[in-house]
Amino acid sequence: MNGWVVAIGQPVLIVALAPLLIGWMRVVRARMEGRAGAGIGQPWRDLRKLARKEPISPADAGWLFAWAPPVLLATSLLVAAIVPLAATTSVAGGSADLIAVVGLLLLGTVALALAALDTGTAFGGMGASREMTIAALVEPTLLSAAFALSARAGSTSLAAIVNAGVHHPDRLLSPAGLLAAAALAVAVLAETGRMPVDNPATHLELTMVHEAMTLEYAGRDLAMVELASAMRLSLLLGLLANLFLPWGIATTTGWAVLAVGVATLVVKLTLLGGVLAAGEVLLAKVRLFRVPELLAGSFVLALLAVTASYVLA
Amino acid sequence: MTSAYTQVLYASCGVLVLSGIGLVWRRELSALVRLLAVQGAALALIAAVQAAHTADVELAAVAVIVAALKAVVLPRVLRRVLARDDEPREAVPTVNVIASLLASGALTLAAYAAARPLVDLDPTPAGKAAPAALAVVLIAFFALVTRRRALSQIVAVLMVDNGIAALAFLIAAGVPLVVELGVTADVLLAVLVMQVLTARMHAHPGLSDLDDLRELHD
Repeated sequence: MNGWVVAIGQPVLIVALAPLLIGWMRVVRARMEGRAGAGIGQPWRDLRKLARKEPISPADAGWLFAWAPPVLLATSLLVAAIVPLAATTSVAGGSADLIAVVGLLLLGTVALALAALDTGTAFGGMGASREMTIAALVEPTLLSAAFALSARAGSTSLAAIVNAGVHHPDRLLSPAGLLAAAALAVAVLAETGRMPVDNPATHLELTMVHEAMTLEYAGRDLAMVELASAMRLSLLLGLLANLFLPWGIATTTGWAVLAVGVATLVVKLTLLGGVLAAGEVLLAKVRLFRVPELLAGSFVLALLAVTASYVLA
Repeated sequence: MTSAYTQVLYASCGVLVLSGIGLVWRRELSALVRLLAVQGAALALIAAVQAAHTADVELAAVAVIVAALKAVVLPRVLRRVLARDDEPREAVPTVNVIASLLASGALTLAAYAAARPLVDLDPTPAGKAAPAALAVVLIAFFALVTRRRALSQIVAVLMVDNGIAALAFLIAAGVPLVVELGVTADVLLAVLVMQVLTARMHAHPGLSDLDDLRELHD
């Protein structure tokens, strides 16, 4: 019973929280830059406005363009149902390994890139090719970091890895754990299109990646794409927090434990989002041709994490 | 449950390797000097932890000397060299950064593979961490070969020295105090000579790119 509550409750929670997280990060950014900012609820107001407007498709776009937003949203919802965010007791816990989660997220990315190509515009094609380059460089990092973490826990199941972290906190501070944390953090930044890799605040710039792919979307479709990318950010940040700071997550059934799990998830997301937003104020975007360097660095860190988890076990 | 000794030892070895990788990653010379200071501190921590573990007073004294010299004095000397430099970035390295990063990953794996017999010989936590020190030596040597600017080469030489010292601390639980003092004095002298040399080079052709250097006037 409790497993089903977690599996249905987590996506609902993430849908509710994800735009608020984006809003919170914009508020932190605005305050640090000396502006008043629009308030935490602004992304929700934007989404409501977009959802009321009719979607418009370019004349040459086919079914890929129309299907990409639902696919993107569906993969995000499915990932939210299976990964351990507030509790490790989801019904799909056993089948939810990190490799499946990486695959699901990639499915959404590929759907959006295909849709961007489908419109036949110059910006769409540029954005899609950049996104695929970055995705191809991020996946090896994600998978080898997952490998390092699973060697520690003896299983690739996310719930098992998080449970092992709760019960053996000394392993989190091992070199393998720290290296994997650094590698995953860079990979998450690249995967969600945040600052050193992509600038989420740009529109119509030659260097944009994610925004270039969503340029042709309007109305309801745009609302879906925006909501899905906000959800991916919350999911990956929450997952990162739980893999390396698992305290507070509900590992047993029970309503009180679950409530604590939800509360700690909110706190972790608030803190991580605040740190990320503050970092974005201080960082400059890396040149597009320097992005492979950053990602190669994170891949080396992940490779070292795998090595260390076997040699220093 | 691993002990606090093992935790600190492994964490400082991790910092040692990471600062070595940072050396091939970063281009700003000021960042390289910071990395050198961090690595010196990690090295001193390894010595201190080993001293506490074996209750060795001499090794504790060595740890203090190492901390003073490698985490404070040498970075400060290099920063003074850097302050006179008007080109605070590395020129294009002979091997590009992505290839260097992948190469340093491969060198780390090679160090672990090559040090297998060493680990089998001494399967204590310190022995198990010894390949990390070997990896630092290899990576720093790689950086020494591929970097062009004089200052990055000095940093690389110092990192090779750090790796060798870390290997001594991990495998032999340190060298006698007299030997360590001698080596330390040598390193300091070498850096001071290199500092003077870099200053001369800078005064003359205006560049410290060693490839452009044909002769040294006085």
